[in-house]
Amino acid sequence: MESEKLITDILIIGGGTAGCYAGLTISERSPDTEVIICEKANIKRSGCLSAGVNALNAYITEGHTPQDYVDYARKDADDIVRGDLLFTMSERLNSVTERLEKLGLVILKDENGKYVTRGNRNLKINGENIKPLLAGAVESLPNVRIINHINITDFSVENNRIKGAYGFGIESGIFYTIEAKAVIIATGGASGLYKPNNSGFSRHKMWYSPFNTGAGYAMGIRAGAEMTTFEMRFIALRCKDTISPTGTLAQGVGAKQINSLGEVYENKYGLTTSQRVYGTVTENIEGRGPCYLRTEGITPEQDESLIKAYLNMSPSQTIKWIESGKNPSQQNVEIEGTEPYIVGGHTASGYWVDTKRETTINGLFASGDVAGGCPQKYVTGALAEGEISALSALDYIKSAELFHIAEKEISEHISEAEKYFSNADSLYTYEQLEEAMQTVMDSYAGGIKTNYRFNEKQLELADEKILNLEKLSENLHADDYHELMLIYELKERLTVCRSVIAHLKARKETRWHSFAENLDYPEKDNINFLCYINSKLENGRIKIIKRELVKEHETYEHSN
Amino acid sequence: MSIAIDRNKCIGCGKCSDVCPGSLIKLDGRKAYIKYPKDCWGCTSCIKECPVNAVKFFLGADIGGMGSLVHTEKNGNILSWIIERTDGTVTEIKINQKESNKY
Repeated sequence: MESEKLITDILIIGGGTAGCYAGLTISERSPDTEVIICEKANIKRSGCLSAGVNALNAYITEGHTPQDYVDYARKDADDIVRGDLLFTMSERLNSVTERLEKLGLVILKDENGKYVTRGNRNLKINGENIKPLLAGAVESLPNVRIINHINITDFSVENNRIKGAYGFGIESGIFYTIEAKAVIIATGGASGLYKPNNSGFSRHKMWYSPFNTGAGYAMGIRAGAEMTTFEMRFIALRCKDTISPTGTLAQGVGAKQINSLGEVYENKYGLTTSQRVYGTVTENIEGRGPCYLRTEGITPEQDESLIKAYLNMSPSQTIKWIESGKNPSQQNVEIEGTEPYIVGGHTASGYWVDTKRETTINGLFASGDVAGGCPQKYVTGALAEGEISALSALDYIKSAELFHIAEKEISEHISEAEKYFSNADSLYTYEQLEEAMQTVMDSYAGGIKTNYRFNEKQLELADEKILNLEKLSENLHADDYHELMLIYELKERLTVCRSVIAHLKARKETRWHSFAENLDYPEKDNINFLCYINSKLENGRIKIIKRELVKEHETYEHSN
Repeated sequence: MSIAIDRNKCIGCGKCSDVCPGSLIKLDGRKAYIKYPKDCWGCTSCIKECPVNAVKFFLGADIGGMGSLVHTEKNGNILSWIIERTDGTVTEIKINQKESNKY
C-alpha cells in the first residue's frame, strides 16, 4: 500500500454530529490550530443524521434547569449514570441549539419568537437537512482539513499517551499515519452486533446507523482504555418493518401503546425507555401481541403532518403508509423492539471519561455516542460533548508536544492491513462471519430470539464462539479496499461483542429489563450493584473494574 | 431496502457514490451502480443528490414493499417527494423546508 504521513494539532476521528461540532468549536476559538477530520464516508450525510431527524430531544425548556435533565436521565437509567457528565452536557444544550439555528436549522417558534416545545425537553424542527448544514459550516473552515472516505483502524499510543492514528482510504488505498498532539474520538456507537429485526434483503433497515460499527470502542479497548457500562444495551421501540421512530407518534399525536386486545398496557410496566420495550415484549410472550401505537381516529390534518414529518427523518414509514393505501388514522402502527445496540448517546456505554471528556489515555478525548456515562444525549448532547472535548483538547495542546511515530510501528500496521490481500481465498467470507457473530449474540447473549434474556451459561458459550470467530477473521481475504474496511469492521464488532459479554456477565442482577435481563439474577441488587461496571483489556484479557457511583454534585477526576 | 439506478439516465457524475454513508454505490466505467444493495440503510441521501433523478428508492418486499419507486425534486425551498406506483399512479408530497414539523 502506498503510505502517507500527515501531521496536525488535533485529529478528529469521525465527522458525524459530535466530530463536526468539535471542528467548528476549535476553529471558532483558535483559528490557527490545525485540525484534520477523518470520515469513513462523506461528512455531508454521514453518521446518525443521514436521513435527518424529527426533533431536538434534549433541550432545557422554560421553567426547567440542567439539573432537571440530569434527574430525568438518572431515573431512566435507574441510577447508573454519571451526574457530573450529564450536568456539564445539560448546561450547554441550549447554546448549541441556538448555534444550530444560526447555521440554518428550522426550529418551530411561536408568535413571540419563542421555541415551541414538545413535552418537557423537546423542540420541533425540520431536520431533514441538519447534517448538510452542519457539514457545510465545517467545510468552510480554513484551518480544518476534511478527509472523506478514510477508515481509521487503530490508535498509536505510547506510555498511555496518544500519538496519533492509522487508517486507509477506502477508494484510494493510501495507508495514512496521522500524528497529532491530541485526538478526539467521535465514531459513534455500535450496530450490527446482534441479528437485526430484518435479516434478509433489508437487513440494514435498522434503528441505528449500520455504518457505525464500534470502531472507536474497539480502538480504545485494544489500546487499553477503560470502558464503562457496556452491559446497558440499548433497544429501541420502533415501528415494525421500517424500524422508524415511535416518539413522533407517541408524543406528537399522543398515540398510546396498545396490545391486540386494544388494551393500553404502557402504564402496567412503567415508562422508562427499557420498561416500554419490556412491556411490549411481555405482552407478546403472554399472547396479547402484536402491539401497536394507537393512531386510528386521529384527524386528517394529523395524518398529513405525520406523513410529512416522517419524510424528514425516516422516509420508509411514509412510503409504507402510501403503498398500503391507508393513512395512520385508518390503521394502528405495529411496534416492536429492535436488536440490542451499544450506544453511549442513548444508554451509558462507552469510554470512561472525566468532565473534560478526556479518556484514560492521555490526550485522547471522546464525545458523542462513543463516550460513556452520559445517556440521553441525542443530537444536542452530542454537539455539547463535541464542544467540551474540543475546548479540552485545545487546552491540552497548549502544553503538549507532538510525539513522532516510529517507522517500525507504521510498517507493522501496514503489514497487518496488507495481510488480508495476501491471505489465500478464504473458505469463509466477511459476510458469513458477520452472520455467524450476529447469530451467536442473538442466541446466547440476549438477542431478539430469546426476548433479550440470557443466563451465565449462555454468555460463556457466546464468549467461546466469538473467540472462535475472531480466529477465523484473521484468515479473511480482501479483494479491494472496501472489502478491507468490511473486514476491519467485522473485527471491531467482534472486539465489542467480547466486552459486551464480559459486562453482561459482571452485572449479576437485573436492573434494566430487556436491556440487561440476566435470568440467573432476575432481581435488582442495590447492595452489590449500585456501581459502574468498567473494563480494561490487560494482556489480552478483559479485566472488570467495579467503580463506586459518582455522587450527586461531585465530580470524578482521573487519578492516574 | 435499496435503490434502483437508471443507467440510461445516469450521467456518471459520482455524487450519489460520494455521499452514500456506507460507500455502497460505485462507478462502473461512467455509470453508477449499487454494489452492496443489502447494506443500504434507506437514508435517501443519494436520491436527493442525483441531478437527473436517475436514482430511485424502494422498500424491500421483506418489509412490505409493493414496488413503488421514490425520488425527490428540489425547487427553491420546496422538496417534493414523488412516489410512482407500479400501476402508474403517482403521489407527490411537497415539503417546504422552511417549515418545521408539527410533531
